[in-house]
Amino acid sequence: MATFLGIDYATWWFMILGAVFTGYAILDGFDLGAGALHLFFNKESSRRIALNAIGPVWDGNEVWLVIGGGALFAGFPPVYAAVFSAFYVPFMLFLTVLIFRAISIEFRSKEPMAWWRRMWDISYCISSATIAFLLGVVLGNILLGIPIDKDGNFTGDLIYFLNPYALMVGVTTLALFMMHGAIYLVMKTEDRLYTKLTILVRNTTIFFSICILLLSFYTILYIPHLTNTIRHHNWMFLIPVGMVFSIANITRQIARHKFIYAFISSCVTVSLLLIIVAVELYPNMVISTVNPAYNITVHNGSSSEKSLMIMLIVAAIGVPLVVAYTSFVFWTFKGKVKLDEMSY
Amino acid sequence: MNVEILARIQFAFTISFHYIYPPLSIGLGLVMVAMEGLYLKTGNKMYEDMTRFYTKIFALIFGIGVATGIVMEFEFGTNWATYSKYVGDVFGSALAAEGIFAFALESGFLGVLLFGWNKVSPRVHFFATVMVTLGSMFSAIWIVVANSWQQTPAGYHIVGSGLQARAEITDFWAMVFNPSSVTRVWHVWIGSFLSGSFLVLSISAWYIVKNKYLQFAKSAFKIALVIATISSVSQLFFGHRSAEIVSEYQPAKLAALEGHFEKSAPADMYLFGYVDKKNEKTVGLKIPKGLSFLTHGDFNAPVRGLKSFAPADRPQAPNFVFQSYHIMIAIGSFLIVLTLFSCWLWWKNALFNKRWLMILFTFSVFLPQLANQVGWYAAETGRQPWVVYGLLRTSDALSKAVTANQVIFSLILFTLVYALLFALFIYLLNKKIKYGPYGKGDIDHSPQHKIMAEEIGTL
Ligand code: HDD
Ligand code: HEM
Ligand code: HEM
Repeated sequence: MATFLGIDYATWWFMILGAVFTGYAILDGFDLGAGALHLFFNKESSRRIALNAIGPVWDGNEVWLVIGGGALFAGFPPVYAAVFSAFYVPFMLFLTVLIFRAISIEFRSKEPMAWWRRMWDISYCISSATIAFLLGVVLGNILLGIPIDKDGNFTGDLIYFLNPYALMVGVTTLALFMMHGAIYLVMKTEDRLYTKLTILVRNTTIFFSICILLLSFYTILYIPHLTNTIRHHNWMFLIPVGMVFSIANITRQIARHKFIYAFISSCVTVSLLLIIVAVELYPNMVISTVNPAYNITVHNGSSSEKSLMIMLIVAAIGVPLVVAYTSFVFWTFKGKVKLDEMSY
Repeated sequence: MNVEILARIQFAFTISFHYIYPPLSIGLGLVMVAMEGLYLKTGNKMYEDMTRFYTKIFALIFGIGVATGIVMEFEFGTNWATYSKYVGDVFGSALAAEGIFAFALESGFLGVLLFGWNKVSPRVHFFATVMVTLGSMFSAIWIVVANSWQQTPAGYHIVGSGLQARAEITDFWAMVFNPSSVTRVWHVWIGSFLSGSFLVLSISAWYIVKNKYLQFAKSAFKIALVIATISSVSQLFFGHRSAEIVSEYQPAKLAALEGHFEKSAPADMYLFGYVDKKNEKTVGLKIPKGLSFLTHGDFNAPVRGLKSFAPADRPQAPNFVFQSYHIMIAIGSFLIVLTLFSCWLWWKNALFNKRWLMILFTFSVFLPQLANQVGWYAAETGRQPWVVYGLLRTSDALSKAVTANQVIFSLILFTLVYALLFALFIYLLNKKIKYGPYGKGDIDHSPQHKIMAEEIGTL
């Protein structure tokens, strides 16, 4: 296969896909996390502020998932086909909660009644948490491998995906997003709500640290294929080291009230976690637990070179545009949240 | 029922539900661009109120459009895994381009459109409105290009055989500009403009009937009427082009659209009728040899009929294709008459005098919606039994790993969720319209919440 800068196109696409999903986790991560924390705020005014902190941006954040799905379809059709048909039921649930989350945000403010708002608050919080959790469960299964035959068809049963490892990755993802969301909200709030959130940031950081620690032990002890690459490339040990430091830095920056830096640290944490995932998976994209020969890899699962090249051009034109107007939108809504008559 | 039928029902149901909203978003976006443009040009506060009022309705529609669209994006993989592998190389790039070029644009600027009134200058706000509208129009381009490629494949070659066969792209621009894509994009855009403008016409006409916000309603009505008239007339042109393309590339579909059975004979054109699949004939009111004339400019030119295709290669439900197509055309013709007649009244300064006309407009909002739906039904069921015309059969396109029970489960799930969604949509839309553009304060936040908001601001 042809290469660019010494790396073949399929691997480039693997990295681009990784970057898109990392972008998704960083961006939608904070608004999902903010949603998962929603019921911790008791007062109506606090809830409205929290909701409006993500109001103008959550939809743009979610688009990264759509782009990721499209890029997966385009770059690696067999992977897209295998993964989505294998996780049929979890994905349908995922789509349902995604719908509920979108409409909860949209509909909550449309009626003044307290019961109406409470109903959507609950639906918003539960759906946000469920999305984060299910994303983690799918990731966990991808890491562990799934039973697929040589045509990429899933042969496992309905509850296959509910294995302990995947559930653990699910909880860890939820914890990560809650921490990430809490830090984002701290940046956007003032006064009492702000004080409350600083406590939440601390608690969620502790929660996440515990989860990631347990998950690491589990992985190292029981899932050897997920530590191979780092074991064989000593310098890569720097990645987990970097992650530990960035988590530590979050707490440090919080203590110094430099929330922007704390937020950047938590973005770095998310990225490094996903880099570890990518490094350990590569060159596999779907690991078959039936027979390693059925694995779908970056090379046997990619689109044709021509197609990959076309999309490389599409990405090269599109990504700078997306970054430009995403920055414009975030810049427009920078600073603490102020409610006005157009707010949710 | 087998998985194939169920998966098709599920896809048809979810896409039809999704397709209620995109045309409204695209069309209403365009009307809002016109309104806000007039505001910038004239500085008249009424146009600003108008834009603000319709922005709220837009937000509601757009929100549901996004929520139901994401389902579509993943359904190719969940239900049609074999199809996804087959077309991914060609089709995926259009879907990815859609995400990057269109969705990111619309969703990004949506925030500014909805929440930016007090944050950015009117010009920047107008820019955001334009970008959201353009974004939604772009998203129509890419998804419709993908669909058109399924109808009239181009710019690809087939690699492998049997279960491993797949289409690989050879020429990107040939794929994008496949024979039917440009016409189909226009036809879909204009269908959307009709949806959006008729929504505004309907709301305004209702206010006029109720004798409320008269000045506001009349000027919104005129803006929308201009767009609706231009659109309905040009739709005839693009619809005709579509039919020509079908006759050239999808003869079996054309035969089903017109209920034409004879192997090779001059074909009639029906105004309405019934296609009897069993006895292989069509009855109804017709213009003899009309189809031959329309497609070939010659009343005696022979047209291939359904009998010239093996039964396995014919659309399974010709009557359904026929009826869908004819409903669309009937609606299209009616909209042309309605809009031109209204323009004539406008010119005579008598547009708002006829109460029955306003009542008619109040209800006419459903017509473009229906035409959009049945238009797709005609195009998609007419393509059967192929998913990719002439290349991949629908029955081969399924996910092999998915069972009937799983599809039933998701079908029930989506039916329930969408029923709820639709009920909420109608309830909230109705409420916004009833509340009107000049309601004191904001319905969204009761006075009590206003006070709370102010307290927070000063704390
Ligand atoms: C004529 C245009 C059109 C058609 C045929 C479709 N859509 Fe759609 N879609 C739109 C026009 C649109 C839009 C106007 O861009 C939406 C709808 C409402 C909205 O607000 O954005 C949208 C939203 C939307 C979203 C959410 C985007 C976001 O997060 O902003 C996705 C993922 C899809 N669609 C995917 C699909 C798929 C996979 C389709 C085909 C099977 C499809 N749409 C048919
Ligand atoms: C938005 C408007 C659309 C509507 C209302 C619509 C409607 C339908 C309907 C009714 C079917 C079932 C046909 C049958 O089973 O006989 C169908 C099938 C299908 N359509 Fe569409 N469609 C739309 C757009 C699209 C687009 C944009 C694509 C692809 C880019 C697409 C791809 C498919 C596929 C893959 C199937 C499944 C296979 C099949 O049953 O034919 N559709 N659609
Ligand atoms: C006025 C006369 C009209 C004619 C002659 C006409 C003709 C056609 C034809 C031949 C097709 C099938 C194209 C194909 O399968 O490739 C089609 C599809 C369609 N029509 Fe129409 N149409 C008309 C009016 C309308 C109106 C008023 C609307 C909506 C408001 C509409 C919306 C659609 C849609 C959404 C499709 C499916 C997408 C496509 O295939 O282009 N049409 N039309």
